[in-house]
Amino acid sequence: MPEFEPRIVAFVCNWCTYAGADLTGTSRIKYSPNVEVIRFPCTGRIDFMLLLKAFAEGADGIIVSGCHPNDCHYTSGNFHARRRWILFRGLLDFMGIDVRRVQFSWVSAAEGAKWADVVNTTVEAVRKLGPYDNYRQIARSGGV
Amino acid sequence: MEELRKRAGNLLESGQVRVVIGYGEGTGKRVRAVFIQDAGQADCLIFDERCRQNLALYLTRHEVKKLGKPAIVASLPALRAILQLAGECQIAENDIVVLGIGEDGSMLDLPDFAAIEKHVASTVREPDPAEKAQFDLVLAMSLEERWKYWQEQLSRCFKCYACRQACPMCYCSRCTVECNQPQWIPVPSHDLGNLEWHVMRAMHLAGRCVDCGDCSRACPLDIPLYLLNRFLIMDIESRFNQRAGTTAALDYALSTFHPDDKDDFIR
Repeated sequence: MPEFEPRIVAFVCNWCTYAGADLTGTSRIKYSPNVEVIRFPCTGRIDFMLLLKAFAEGADGIIVSGCHPNDCHYTSGNFHARRRWILFRGLLDFMGIDVRRVQFSWVSAAEGAKWADVVNTTVEAVRKLGPYDNYRQIARSGGV
Repeated sequence: MEELRKRAGNLLESGQVRVVIGYGEGTGKRVRAVFIQDAGQADCLIFDERCRQNLALYLTRHEVKKLGKPAIVASLPALRAILQLAGECQIAENDIVVLGIGEDGSMLDLPDFAAIEKHVASTVREPDPAEKAQFDLVLAMSLEERWKYWQEQLSRCFKCYACRQACPMCYCSRCTVECNQPQWIPVPSHDLGNLEWHVMRAMHLAGRCVDCGDCSRACPLDIPLYLLNRFLIMDIESRFNQRAGTTAALDYALSTFHPDDKDDFIR
């Protein structure tokens, strides 16, 4: 049986983490190819439902990343997002969803190396946890 | 009760309000919401321990709004809902008359939102012991046990949305569950859609839920929905020191932020 390759979906903001991931590439830093990056205007735009949809579509892990506090392109989008994540993460845990599979981070446009590190450590952590069978099972019930 | 009827009758007779939203006798010893438009009918108003429904729900319904300026019979949960609705700009101070009822069943004099704020701040209602025990039980479970518990509970849900209809804070004229392009929440009742619906309901009420418990009481399948709301209420109180329905100003957990909000999981 081939080794399990985790599928990670990354929701990133356009202004910091997406540019940071770009820098990782132009700096020729090698990192895990398991991640699929989805670009958003701002972390404030990342609806919690999108994270659930990623799990339903077969993601084993999720990265959500944007500008550091005080660096938001829209001044306060990441502050609002942070509050939402704090509550959402607690609720997921209360409902029995494994929050170790969701990694939140701040990665600026200058932190190409940090992005590679965030991706690599998340991939390794999720690889250890294995495929997210619990969620896949209920996703199948919905015919996804 | 006599005083309530008298005040309601006077309000209608003098034309200060066009409708009184209150409780009346229903069928088989149950109470129901009544909408009294005629002073002569004020005698059918009642208030006793059966009157638990949060009538603030009707303040935002357009069928009730078109009747004209309302007076509303409101005990603590409804008073908190009124403040929260005011904070969200759904009702204005001069557009309603509040017939407040205290914890001992006596009439309160609540001429404005400031008086309601004061009453709410000074009144504590202890949570139901059985509900608290259930909450602690779930909290003490392991991750896998919690997953199984909620899958089992939510598997009963058949998406009647009674929880939404009973909620005074669910006043959106178009709810996300009715959006079908894209379809956020699948229509049929299955494990995935049920989970998504209840996560979404809890999150959309985060910081706004006044903990009246009407969603759980409305649920025909006895799903303990109050657990989700209460978890968020406690989380918000401990992290952000905020509680819904305490102020008529727009200030609830997700309407605002603090630059120093503490988290322990963001890298």
